[in-house]
Amino acid sequence: MATSVSIRDLSLSFGSVTVLKDLNLDIRDGEFLVLLGSSGCGKSTLLNCIAGLLEPTDGQIFIKDRNVTWEEPKDRGIGMVFQSYALYPQMTVEKNLSFGLRVAKVPQAEIDKRVARAAEILQIGPLLKRKPAELSGGQRQRVAIGRALVRDVDVFLFDEPLSNLDAKLRSELRVEIKRLHQQLKNTMIYVTHDQIEALTLADRIAIMKSGVIQQLDDPIVIYNRPKNLFVAGFIGSPSMNFLRGEIALSGDRPVFTTHGVSFALDAYDASEPLAPSRKVVLGLRPEHVMIDSDVNSPELHEAVVDIEEPMGADNLLWLNHAGHTMSVRIGGARRYAPGARVRMSFDMGLASLFDAETEDRI
Amino acid sequence: MANVSSLNTAAAGFDAVSAEVAGPRGRKPRKILSRRNIILYGLLGLAALYYLLPLYVMVVTSMKGMPEIRLGNIFSPPVEITFEPWVKAWATACTGLNCDGLSRGFWNSVRILLPSVVVSIAVASVSGYALANWRFKGADLFFSILIVGAFIPYQVMIYPIVILLRELGVYGTLTGLVIVHTIFGMPILTLLFRNYFTSLPEELFKAARIDGAGFWQIYFRIMLPMALPIFVVAMILQVTGIWNDFLFGVVFTRPDSYPMTVQLNNIVNSVQGVKEYNVNMAATLLTGAVPLIVYFISGRLFVRGIAAGAVKG
Repeated sequence: MATSVSIRDLSLSFGSVTVLKDLNLDIRDGEFLVLLGSSGCGKSTLLNCIAGLLEPTDGQIFIKDRNVTWEEPKDRGIGMVFQSYALYPQMTVEKNLSFGLRVAKVPQAEIDKRVARAAEILQIGPLLKRKPAELSGGQRQRVAIGRALVRDVDVFLFDEPLSNLDAKLRSELRVEIKRLHQQLKNTMIYVTHDQIEALTLADRIAIMKSGVIQQLDDPIVIYNRPKNLFVAGFIGSPSMNFLRGEIALSGDRPVFTTHGVSFALDAYDASEPLAPSRKVVLGLRPEHVMIDSDVNSPELHEAVVDIEEPMGADNLLWLNHAGHTMSVRIGGARRYAPGARVRMSFDMGLASLFDAETEDRI
Repeated sequence: MANVSSLNTAAAGFDAVSAEVAGPRGRKPRKILSRRNIILYGLLGLAALYYLLPLYVMVVTSMKGMPEIRLGNIFSPPVEITFEPWVKAWATACTGLNCDGLSRGFWNSVRILLPSVVVSIAVASVSGYALANWRFKGADLFFSILIVGAFIPYQVMIYPIVILLRELGVYGTLTGLVIVHTIFGMPILTLLFRNYFTSLPEELFKAARIDGAGFWQIYFRIMLPMALPIFVVAMILQVTGIWNDFLFGVVFTRPDSYPMTVQLNNIVNSVQGVKEYNVNMAATLLTGAVPLIVYFISGRLFVRGIAAGAVKG
């Protein structure tokens, strides 16, 4: 597939602070890419560089195979949606939508046509004559999206567009953005710190930490096969259980041992041989810990229920096992009282092993 | 006030009946004549009186004839109200060789005020906008210099400016004084506008840039309509500051083009003849009227401007 946006060796520093470091990224045509990371990881900075609002210190940016590194924002074929909506307060919705077109001196008939089309797609037709102050948060963000829509851009940039909305509205607009993408098939780059947004919206997620992309993959690959400890811990809520231990041999088969207990690693799909006595971290998602009736291995491990958090569809248990705490997700109908003893095993086929030193996946 | 008190008595009656049934309920009744309120409003009243008294004395004195003033009862209202002193102060009081009253000074001040206010606010708002949104090289240094400029005492610069104006050939003219006022208003006004534009969400500016608007388009179509409150503040500052200025007026102009304040001083402080207290009071009130009117009109505008600009994001 053709690339839509390419970033080559992009660096940006403010004085002595380096925000982006030799960053390379290829975004496919029509792809929905999410930049995910905690605050200060450089994801918004990267988006601002793509938009042309920040000048990179070094490197190049290509949009549609055109080098736009030194181009003005308006000449890049991008539209941007901001967290605070950034609607012009003194203009009506209609004027907000058409501002860019009026600046570009597009004929009035064409402006009317495009505004009408955007209003239809986003269902904001009845709001066109209102001022931003008379709109709700969700409506404002719809108008902000519309402003990018009317300009007929190649690439949509979203800078945490849903962060200012309440939870219910957020999930509604999330679905709408996804529908919009399916309908328009534009390239979209979406910055967020919300992993649910990232997992639900993205074709691919780029997880960033201190200006470096840690992993760029399909959401499901990121979730199931995180490349390193940081990605594993960042994605998933509650976060992955980590057990520190080492590889040992039981007969001629590798096992993971910690605090004197061992777990067979037969089912684990390692990318390199598991040498004995190597220090490792075992990562297990809460739903990959089996208890009682789910247990499918002959190994017997006992744990004690510490706290139970019923969440409706799911029930989250915090178990105490050999001195460390593990979270377990089970069906909402299965209830346990604190202090109950349970049998426990791990679904090693879905576990992750990391080297304790390099923190990379084995 | 009456409504509140009647509500309170109603609530108290209700309380008395229902106390044994349910205990306290609803809004807590408050005493209006509490010790706190008496002290608070008493002090406020005293302070108001303290500030209003001189104004009262000036108004009544300006409406008395000289014989009545000589009686010495400065607080007593005029027995015979006369507007003679006001007319004299405005049209016929003498300063030096000119005997056309304060009117000459008034029109001089207007001719100084209008261009100074318009030019200084226009330039300062654009520089404030540039400083806030367009990070140019050396912006920080420029800003520091500006802050220093805002706090240098004026007296230090008088002599150099006299020379400067002389070299430019505008010393002693209204043009010279307009230039001086415009420049001296600049640091504090630029600071004001810069801080205001910095407080507007940066994303608005970014959105406008993505929409393709340039420096002036963003200024006129996005920033200016949102900046009405700060323009009113700047106008109040400049109008009162320039109107009340005495030092620059007396240093940089000649008697023919003295602003109103300087002329007022010359009327009040003239050592020849009888001290006409009523004319002096009337002249002072006339001179002070302009800033007062500006406060009253633009104060209301100001509040409205803030309310209209109260758009989040």
